[in-house]
Amino acid sequence: MVMEIVCPAGTPAAFRAAVKAGAHTIYCGFADETNARNFPGLNFDRVEMRDSVAFAHQHGAKVLVAINTFPRAGDEAIWHRAVADAESCGADAVILADAGLLDYAARDHPNLRRHLSVQAAAANADMVNFYAETFGVKRVVLPRVLSVPEIAAINAETEVETEVFVFGGLCVMAEGRCSLSSYATGRSPNMNGVCSPASHVEYHDHNGVLDAQLGGYTIHRAQKGDAAPYPTLCKGCFTAGEKTDHLFEDPVSLNAEQLIPQLQKAGVTALKIEGRQRSRSYVTQVVRNFREAVDALEDGRPLPQGMLARLSEGQAMTTGAYKKTWR
Amino acid sequence: MQLTVAPIPFFWSKDTWSTFYEEIAETSVDRVVLGELVCSKRLPFFQDQIPGAIERLIAAGKDVALTSLALITLKRERKLTADLVEMGLEVEVNDLSVLPYLPKSTKFSVGPLVNVYNEGTLRWLASLGATRICLPPELPLASVEILAKEAASLDVTIEVWGHGRLPLAISGRCYHARLHGRTKDNCQFACEDDPDGLDVATLDGQPFLTMNGVQTLSDSYATTVHQIGQLRDAGVTALRLSPQSHGFANLCHQYRALVEGQCSGEAVLEAITGQTPEVRFSDGFLTGDRGVAMSTPAIAART
Repeated sequence: MVMEIVCPAGTPAAFRAAVKAGAHTIYCGFADETNARNFPGLNFDRVEMRDSVAFAHQHGAKVLVAINTFPRAGDEAIWHRAVADAESCGADAVILADAGLLDYAARDHPNLRRHLSVQAAAANADMVNFYAETFGVKRVVLPRVLSVPEIAAINAETEVETEVFVFGGLCVMAEGRCSLSSYATGRSPNMNGVCSPASHVEYHDHNGVLDAQLGGYTIHRAQKGDAAPYPTLCKGCFTAGEKTDHLFEDPVSLNAEQLIPQLQKAGVTALKIEGRQRSRSYVTQVVRNFREAVDALEDGRPLPQGMLARLSEGQAMTTGAYKKTWR
Repeated sequence: MQLTVAPIPFFWSKDTWSTFYEEIAETSVDRVVLGELVCSKRLPFFQDQIPGAIERLIAAGKDVALTSLALITLKRERKLTADLVEMGLEVEVNDLSVLPYLPKSTKFSVGPLVNVYNEGTLRWLASLGATRICLPPELPLASVEILAKEAASLDVTIEVWGHGRLPLAISGRCYHARLHGRTKDNCQFACEDDPDGLDVATLDGQPFLTMNGVQTLSDSYATTVHQIGQLRDAGVTALRLSPQSHGFANLCHQYRALVEGQCSGEAVLEAITGQTPEVRFSDGFLTGDRGVAMSTPAIAART
């Protein structure tokens, strides 16, 4: 069976572009704090969601609605409504992270397929099977802390489908278990659906040296003419002991395209592309390339080489935790 | 208000580890959670000391629980988790992976590294046997109040992060090893030289984070000295104090005096700071500010 390409869409236009480019599945979210890409100007209102789902279904594609932040105490109704609306919009599944929300969805919307978000960080087969038995989860998006052999080992012990990230932004911390962003800015992925938010970024030019600050902390310094990457906390530059460097992770993005055959052998069902904040043209190119790769694999042809390097925006690429030496 | 000692987050030598719990047995804390939380590779170095420490603490009248690891991925770590449950002592779950190992109707507690953000999750955990939950440090007081109320109706004890460097993230990658140009599998225990973690500063030299192997902590020591009244009013019945290498018994003593109304929050901070003048405090997560923020006594008194 051909591996499923799961593509992000932050706007209805990107959504249609992804479907036309050949994505098997699109994931997206409502325009509020219920999803982990709660950026200004992004995501779908209820009408856009309904229309987009209809468009996808007409073209034979599926839609997953990400409701993957952790509901705020006292305001769970907002998240419950999102699950109910995803179902009434015709979504093929919801992607959830919070145990309480999974419990609600399993009880009140039993016919709506449930996927476990990467934000739940289910990092071993026990956990994957537990979510399946407890909440009827049919697919788990695996956290980006696992090597390919570890993914294979999980698949050997479970019937649950697994989905893994292959391209785009890379969390170096276990997802859904990081409050670096709220420590520095007061806004976090778990509670607000944002990480290192643009509202807290400042650039200061000191005689040609450009400082990038997040929440007032200088975490990147670029000489004139050098690239100035976005100051995401875990990819910032820090000093510890005698060393000043990217102590947690370099400003790299994930590209596991050449690992696709190994991921298939490891029993992975679906390949996920990060980036609901990305443009239509970006989405189109990435989807085309990955679709070409999985189709080549299915037909027994060699994978196209180095096809996505130009999309990395000058950033270095990594295969992340998929190779054990990353740790 | 009860006082709970959190598991030691750092890699301490066997002797330091044992001496620490000898001292804890002499303090007035109510509860001690011990074992390895952060990295399974550290455990063999002090594992044989655990039964003795448990015995001593129980003899001193402390309630004792064993922590799970914070991130369970390897086969060896799953086996350790199964062994942990077999020990028969109450387990503090710090990764939901522990739940499948707990025999049905086993009572357990939930640690601060499990995402309990809302009533639904709290009810679900209570239905599985959770009797005590230490809430994630990221939660603001407004959430703590709602959750403590829900917990009371379920007979679940609510604890909050009372004092200590904040556990901000856990990773598959070891940053101490990376700093020394090694990988996690060949780390050579680079974290053992930093009994309170390694300071991580910004490019302006501003203290910011603390490196602790696969864990990242705050530089600042979170404190609840200015919120004791509000927490008590909310129905919070326990405060968690996280171990540090110096002056921890005194810190426990200071917090005991504070919760019993014998001294002010400012006095506690002064007494603690006396030993480590360079220390920075924070309570921003609780006040709904950014986590690193610290309220002044005047502001704290008004809120």
